Amino acid sequence: MTLDALVTERRIIICAGSGGVGKTTNAAVLAMEAARRGRRSVVVTIDPAKRLADALGLSGIGNEPRRIDGDWPGEMSAVMLDTKGTFDALVETYSESPEQAARILDNRFYRNISGALSGTQEYMAMEKLYALHNDDDFDVVVVDTPPTRHALDFLDAPRRLTHFLDHRLYRVLMMPTRGVMKAVNMAAQTFVRSVSRVVGAEVLDDALAFFGAFSGMEEGFKERANVVLELLEDPATAFVLVAAPRLDTVAEAHFFADRLGDADLAVAALIVNRIHPLFTLDEPDKVARRAEELADTPLGPLARNLADFTAIAANERSHIAGLAAMADEVVMVPYLNSDVHDVDGLNRIGEYLFAGD
Amino acid sequence: MNVDPVQYFTTARLVIVAGKGGVGKTTVAATLANAAARSGLDALVIDLEGSSGLPSKFGLDDLAYDDCVLRARDDDAGHGEIRARRITPDDALVEYLNEHGLKRISKRLASSGALDVVATATPGIKDILVLGKVKQLERSRAADVIVVDAPAAGHAITFLQSARGLVDAVQVGPINSQAADVLELLTDPRRCRVMLVTIGEETPVNELVDTAFALEERIGVHLTPVVVNAALEDLPGLQIDPSAAAKSAGVKLRRGERKAMAEAAEFHQMRRALQLSQTERLAEVLPLPQIHLPFCFDDDIGPDQLDRLADALLDALAEIDPAAVGLVAHESTATDGTQ
Repeated sequence: MTLDALVTERRIIICAGSGGVGKTTNAAVLAMEAARRGRRSVVVTIDPAKRLADALGLSGIGNEPRRIDGDWPGEMSAVMLDTKGTFDALVETYSESPEQAARILDNRFYRNISGALSGTQEYMAMEKLYALHNDDDFDVVVVDTPPTRHALDFLDAPRRLTHFLDHRLYRVLMMPTRGVMKAVNMAAQTFVRSVSRVVGAEVLDDALAFFGAFSGMEEGFKERANVVLELLEDPATAFVLVAAPRLDTVAEAHFFADRLGDADLAVAALIVNRIHPLFTLDEPDKVARRAEELADTPLGPLARNLADFTAIAANERSHIAGLAAMADEVVMVPYLNSDVHDVDGLNRIGEYLFAGD
Repeated sequence: MNVDPVQYFTTARLVIVAGKGGVGKTTVAATLANAAARSGLDALVIDLEGSSGLPSKFGLDDLAYDDCVLRARDDDAGHGEIRARRITPDDALVEYLNEHGLKRISKRLASSGALDVVATATPGIKDILVLGKVKQLERSRAADVIVVDAPAAGHAITFLQSARGLVDAVQVGPINSQAADVLELLTDPRRCRVMLVTIGEETPVNELVDTAFALEERIGVHLTPVVVNAALEDLPGLQIDPSAAAKSAGVKLRRGERKAMAEAAEFHQMRRALQLSQTERLAEVLPLPQIHLPFCFDDDIGPDQLDRLADALLDALAEIDPAAVGLVAHESTATDGTQ
């Protein structure tokens, strides 16, 4: 599927790939292009570094969508995900009473898990995606994800939360507070005692209090987690893989495509950023031999430099060749002569992504 | 007076290498270990990511929880040994439980997924288990120099912050003492330093600066000079017009060659100027010495490239003012006895 079709038709676009390959920038370009085509787009970044702010020349984007002004018929907004803020808002929305919300928000265990803890962030990104998708103000949600290994967490996040809420350890812990005086399995008790010897009893006490306070809300969380999973599998959702032409990121891109494949999700398009230009069509070996011939002449440095860039450009193109098979659309973006940090920069990348127009 | 590499590498036994994804953190960790080994010291590299390209840089397939030799000692050349190991939270937990008389449940805890639940109950516990193992290696002097290839930047802060967080969150018990020990290690400049890596581009430089301040202020770690990786070298002959150079060399240029050479030269100079403008900006906002490692045009970083990079690191180190890396402050521990 072409990127043109993606930004015109899809309702959710998820950009994935390893760190430092330009995901955030590409996500912003896709959202901007959707706005150019008259759609109302919102781009979400869940990266802890303020890369989206960098990419858009903005700072202080909050947890709520903020409009980005531009010369387009549609609208474009951006959100920097605030994990704790999103979690707090969820607790306030779904608790049965203000007292229940206050009990949870004050709990030390809750304060620990709602911060920048691995896993929570990914889960909250999914909640944000869900909320924005259901917001009538937006036609398309573009999501930037953390680096690959965490992007996998992102896919797993809803399942992990469900698993967490279901875990036997907590069910055992919860029994006394629910007043169910069933005989607790002896092995489980020993297990819990052992765990509390490792982490300390107070951690378990805090956890117990949290689950006590959370009681009644977990079903809602689980239901939404399942809805989010369905959303990822929806035909209106597209995964765009972003890579750099280096061996390691290409390997990670393959890994990620395989993982998506396991989940029956397809890569709709592949963007390869920061490709070195090809200065000559001669074979790299030929250019290298020529550089050796000229090594001790005034042409030496010029020939060596050409040979170096020819070699790296050829290697990059061979790495990408393997990636091309996994997506219908492969777009290459060359090294640009400056970093992208404003709308003009996004426009320049847009020219490569949407050259067909 | 120049920085003596042996003195520098032994200032703190533990060096944690951190940086944004894609800046070549693993390459720098391997280079640091290699430079230490080439100075006659034994080095140990610890991989935490699980998927790092570290072994392949030394021509190996994979790593394990126990040490494996990446490069043997070379007494003739005066080179130390380079070893590596991988530490995962699950392995570290099993070892921790075994050592705390909980061998019976250790397997069950790791395999049943209960570790994830415990980890959720105690944020940072996975990190502290891993750092606890690193601390044990540092304490037992497992090598002269121990290099940790840390998680990518944003996560490096969370990772290193786990100790301070846990000291506050868990007030008694083995985890508390483990966290307190780790915090003591992280904040002692004679035992541990953090080496931040970037490339000469705007976003990675910004992230390095944020990470540097976060690590210093929130955790109190001490930073080594920053490493600017993949820096294009200054090639003096590139400013010359290829036709003029050909004329003075008495060489006839082939069809298309003049244009290709001129464009490649222009590209090199343009990118180098951009890199320099970013590293100058970095120097203005972050008053730490910089070590520039050259850009490798090779397809993949292997043993040869690592040697070249290690030499570049040693050369750069020789240019640094010893006072800027805290060597004068620890003069009493210096072996040569001179100022």
